[in-house]
Amino acid sequence: MNEVTVQQEKQQAPKLDPQNSTRSLLSKIGYVTLYTVLGIIAFFQIYPLIWLVSFSLKTNSEVFNDSPFSLPSNPQWGNYLTVWTEGNISLYFFNSVWITATAVVLTVLSASLVTFAITRMQWKLNKVVLGLFMVGIMIPVHSTLIPLFDFFLRVNLIDNPIAIVLTYTAFNLPLTIMILLGFYYTLPREIEEAAVIDGCSVHRIFFQVTLPMTMPVIATTAIINMIYNWNEFIFINTFISSDKYKTLTVGIQNFVGQYMTEWGAIGATLVISILPILIAFFFLSNKIVEGISSGAVKG
Amino acid sequence: MNKVMSNKFIIALYVFPALFLIMLLIYIPIALTGYYGLMKWDGIGEMTFIGLENYRRLITDGMFWTSVYHSFLLAVFSALSLVGYLVISLILAGKIKGANLLRKIYLIPMLLSSVAIAQLWLKIYHPTNGVLNSFLMSIGVDNPPAWLSDPKIVLFAIFIPIIWQYAGFYILIYYAALKNIPDSIIEAAKIDGATPFQIGYKIKLPLISNIIKITVVLAIVGSLKYFDLIYVMTGGGPNGASEVMASYMYKQAFGSYNFGYGSAIGFFLLLIILIVTWLIRKLTVSDEEIQY
Repeated sequence: MNEVTVQQEKQQAPKLDPQNSTRSLLSKIGYVTLYTVLGIIAFFQIYPLIWLVSFSLKTNSEVFNDSPFSLPSNPQWGNYLTVWTEGNISLYFFNSVWITATAVVLTVLSASLVTFAITRMQWKLNKVVLGLFMVGIMIPVHSTLIPLFDFFLRVNLIDNPIAIVLTYTAFNLPLTIMILLGFYYTLPREIEEAAVIDGCSVHRIFFQVTLPMTMPVIATTAIINMIYNWNEFIFINTFISSDKYKTLTVGIQNFVGQYMTEWGAIGATLVISILPILIAFFFLSNKIVEGISSGAVKG
Repeated sequence: MNKVMSNKFIIALYVFPALFLIMLLIYIPIALTGYYGLMKWDGIGEMTFIGLENYRRLITDGMFWTSVYHSFLLAVFSALSLVGYLVISLILAGKIKGANLLRKIYLIPMLLSSVAIAQLWLKIYHPTNGVLNSFLMSIGVDNPPAWLSDPKIVLFAIFIPIIWQYAGFYILIYYAALKNIPDSIIEAAKIDGATPFQIGYKIKLPLISNIIKITVVLAIVGSLKYFDLIYVMTGGGPNGASEVMASYMYKQAFGSYNFGYGSAIGFFLLLIILIVTWLIRKLTVSDEEIQY
């Protein structure tokens, strides 16, 4: 935001080059220390995952007899094949995909409609409605759990994926609207105003002018929503009991409970469950970083 | 312009779906939590109104207060760890090559599901084949602890993966805020002879004080309602040694079918979070938005 002005104001400040060699030696030692510390932290953040991949490729005898630091001597890719074909993991994976995707589309679309109405249309209660969405960010999920369970039980939506999709949508709306708002406020209104003068209907303005213009922020919110939905645990654990509707998070929880001692299979399952997120991060890390920081900081 | 853009019917149409969902699935349930807290109810049968009986029970329930204590311990722990994240971010936002890559690496655990993290750390903490105890034995510790079954250390053993999960998130936020400080301010301070330490402590930190405040709220509130890793890794055990408010509520409602009592705990959790948020904002009140 400030970057343009920052660039302009940037001055060629005189570099205070350390003249004597002791100082330059000291600063070298300082840099080495800094990089070592930063490197150690990076190692701690990443090593558990490397270790996970390593034991997912081991046989049980390797896991229990060899050092946990050793690499798999003969990588057991069969572990992945086994959990994918023999357990329910492929079913859980498919459920995760469609539940996540449906909830993301519903959230982004209904949040865009609200944000459009709040920022572009004239009505009296828009500040009140905006306030309702913003306060929603503070509500702890756990305090709604019992009444939600009771409600879905009464309307026969317990153990039904519709309950999950609607809950994900509702609880992601506040954050999504908050991120969208920031973008809508900075977006010039001239194009929309011109469209009004040309006699465009509101629906056409929204779908053919505003929505395409907000694609960058829609991508940001969609990926953040995707991560949250993919990883969600407490709702699905509480509202879904049939295997055929379970997603990966609660599915692997049950799977691991059944195969306590099969480390290779457990590791393979965990890797399968986190792989889509890691792939998304590899290609879209800037979008994800932007979404996480804008979502948190504007709160 | 005004006529088209103030069509009441279209406004209602656009706002309704989202508003309906948050009213139905967030606000009505929140109100009902308070109401159900006044009931004796097993979740299936009839509700009986018992007034404040559940709250009276709450006050005398030792296990509940233990869980409150653990939640607050986690909150203090998380708030203190922010200092470390700040230092790391100050270093990263200085002239460090590869800072962008490093902060992305730090962020990775935050993107993973709590269940996957919990299962992975169950393996790391495994008493005999886990990577932690194997390491400790290899450097000569004869009897490394059974991290998750020792009531004295289980709570702190669980704090570690929670820190591991969220460290990158806070570093990311601080880094972004520090990068937003105009270079001209820092250059001016350098010309005036300020040391890097003075620049960090007396210029950069005050300039991002608003962000720091937000992260303190996030860390404390997030800790008070924390649930996932604890539920999966220990279920609050052994013997309540790692029980926190949310896990205790879940256990009462969906484990013992005390839905009325569980609702009372849920309502109490909501109140604590609102009060703490309000208190922190009040205590750290700032007079004006910082302008560069």
